[in-house]
Amino acid sequence: MLCDICKQNVAKVHLTQIIEGKTKKVDLCEACSKAKGIDDPKGFALADLLLGLGAAQQMDQAAPQTGVRCPTCGFTHADFKKSGRLGCPDCYQAFAEGLEGVLKSMHKGTRHVGKAPRRLQGPHDLEERIAQLQKRLEKAIAAEDFEMAATVRDELKRIREQASRPDKAATV
Amino acid sequence: MNLTEFLGASPGASREGPHDRIVLSSRVRLARNVKGLAFPGWAKKPERVKALELIRPQVEGLPQMTGAYSGSMDALTALERQILVERHLISREHAARSVGSGLVLSRDHSLCVMINEEDHLRMQSLRRGLQLKAAWQAVDEVDTQLEERLEYAFSRELGYLTACPTNLGTGIRVSAMLHLPALVLAEQMNQVITAVNKLGLAVRGLYGEGTEALGNVFQVSNQMTLGEGEAEIVERLNKVVAQLIEHEENARATLLEKKPKMVFNHVGRAYGILANAHSISSKEAMNLLSLMRLGIDLDCFPGSQRPLLDELFTATQPAHLQRQHTEKLSADERDLLRADMLRAQLGPVARPVMPPPPATPDAK
Ligand SMILES: [Zn+2]
Ligand SMILES: [Zn+2]
Repeated sequence: MLCDICKQNVAKVHLTQIIEGKTKKVDLCEACSKAKGIDDPKGFALADLLLGLGAAQQMDQAAPQTGVRCPTCGFTHADFKKSGRLGCPDCYQAFAEGLEGVLKSMHKGTRHVGKAPRRLQGPHDLEERIAQLQKRLEKAIAAEDFEMAATVRDELKRIREQASRPDKAATV
Repeated sequence: MNLTEFLGASPGASREGPHDRIVLSSRVRLARNVKGLAFPGWAKKPERVKALELIRPQVEGLPQMTGAYSGSMDALTALERQILVERHLISREHAARSVGSGLVLSRDHSLCVMINEEDHLRMQSLRRGLQLKAAWQAVDEVDTQLEERLEYAFSRELGYLTACPTNLGTGIRVSAMLHLPALVLAEQMNQVITAVNKLGLAVRGLYGEGTEALGNVFQVSNQMTLGEGEAEIVERLNKVVAQLIEHEENARATLLEKKPKMVFNHVGRAYGILANAHSISSKEAMNLLSLMRLGIDLDCFPGSQRPLLDELFTATQPAHLQRQHTEKLSADERDLLRADMLRAQLGPVARPVMPPPPATPDAK
């Protein structure tokens, strides 16, 4: 069995992790397992590696993009498959088509919810976030999850205050 | 000031916090990248150096970083990096980096910014005990100030753009480090892990590899970063941690009621070996320190020794032992030194007593 990263050396380290009920397997050679810090005490590196490599494979099946190359940084689909990481922020645009399905299976949603840099915020963003939070609040109340309801209510209050004071440093 | 002097001189994080009987620490990390620059893993060395030169002064200039340590990773010795890893201040991945990567660590060690780790910025806030909200607020503040000084890579649709798609969106990782000896002794940990996984959260042993969790220390963290706001993620994790505390307390009460001899046997033997051994491996030390910590929680050692035990968890790690010695120690030599240190530190701690059974076993 060959290493999932370099595809050259014999895999000596075999890892399995259950993430959201899905079993992910990865086989690595000793050099790559050390280089990736999979014995990281905080363990994030391992999860990211598993999910990242899984993502590249999944992207391959969904929409083969062998010819795609990021115009900004020159990163190719093959590079993504090798590392599970992208080359630069613009890669998200270059590989958008293939990434869509990947993000859907990896995350709760495919659209960002939460904080945004203030300079990129418009009044419309605040309205949208308020609407989102109101939905979230109704859901929490229906589920009798009162701590979550309180958290969402605090968030709503904070954002409404910001909406009325647009000059103040804000986080949506 | 070099890092060793900094770590020695600065007060360090407070040794106590809410629910620290079970929750060792709370951590919130944000991943951010600068617009127009390749991610560190793809950038060539000169680009990484340029990015570091751009980012580091901005982080150093934050009011929270007054009196901070700031340096390039290549300025640190291998030992210093390992000490940072053992204190959970930097990742092992970051410790392996050199020219073009940097670190800014606040005076009280509660804020730590890694520059050019996997992302341009990995900023984290650490708090003692269960303080996820406070940790989030602290790192949120840092981030809000930094966004005025640096132009982040951000998309309205996808949020903060990160090197790995697993961190996309909020770029947030909320985690708590928990000491769960009774759930392990009661053989309930696997069920707990499965249940928590179903909620989209990850549980892992903090030390050791694979399913082995040395010292019964586990880390719970969120896995998903896109499609859910920061405050909601923090609250969700907070709730799960509160439930885990309750499970652990229940498991302790049940064990004390049904198998008190088993529990006190573990505690007594742990103390016996730790306070008397002349050679002990890091693995054995961690497992026994965990049982002794449980003994403290169960009042076997009158007069709380919990902060001492928590310090020993770190002090018995390889790099911390190596610290006082100029020559490179072998693993065998470290085992001897570790035992010497444990005997000295635990010398003043009286042997464990079996506390009287609680008047009304509080099962709730
Ligand atoms: Zn390899
Ligand atoms: Zn790119």
